[in-house]
Amino acid sequence: MADFEDDEFDGPVKKFMYVNRKGPYGTVYALEGLEVVLITAAFDQDVSMVFIDDGVFQIKKDQETSGINMKNFSPTYRALEGYEVEKVYVERESLKARGLDEDDLVIPVEILDSQQVADLMDQQDVIVSF
Amino acid sequence: MKLGILVNEGPFTHQASDTAYLFSKAALEKGHEIVRVFFYHDGVNNSTKFADPPSDDRNLVTLWSDLAKEHGIDLVVCVAAAMRRGITDDLLAEGFKISGLGQLVEAGITGDKLITFGD
Repeated sequence: MADFEDDEFDGPVKKFMYVNRKGPYGTVYALEGLEVVLITAAFDQDVSMVFIDDGVFQIKKDQETSGINMKNFSPTYRALEGYEVEKVYVERESLKARGLDEDDLVIPVEILDSQQVADLMDQQDVIVSF
Repeated sequence: MKLGILVNEGPFTHQASDTAYLFSKAALEKGHEIVRVFFYHDGVNNSTKFADPPSDDRNLVTLWSDLAKEHGIDLVVCVAAAMRRGITDDLLAEGFKISGLGQLVEAGITGDKLITFGD
């Protein structure tokens, strides 16, 4: 079956949540996970993202990766808004445990406590964790 | 139930692909439908026909191929992840095909459940 183009998909809309749990470097999950989020948005699905555990480091400001020979892909998160991915959540406990707050992040987010994240997960049709 | 399967790890290093295979086989035996198996991240390494483990070990590539042949399952390998890892059409074992991430999203839309196997 052919891939759908952005403006051709006319099927059902489901609630997709992408759970980002891992740091941006060290493994490829964050980078390749972000690609899935953008594609899902291109299918006009109801997409949300939540950053928990070391996943909060994915959207930390001022990433400097030249010393590890990796591309700093954190600016790509700023493209989410252009894909109409506006439901972006960060778990409060994960952020606090790493000494970070909302001002340390590259994109505007909604901070939720873990129970609120759990409640949101209950409402989803599809949850994919990277 | 219609199930989509996402395999995020390669064979051997992780057990994820083994578990995904055994789960898929069990689900089919129970009468469920597998709408697609999508291979992402290092999971794309499950698709290469030159995999040749020792004869007393399981060969996940041929297990997936056989399952796909028997049940007509779509085994889809992500093109971007495959290109990163040097996997091209001429390396694919029987039953696998390379396509886009849209196939994963579509499995999430058309399936009743999308089940991830990986870290």
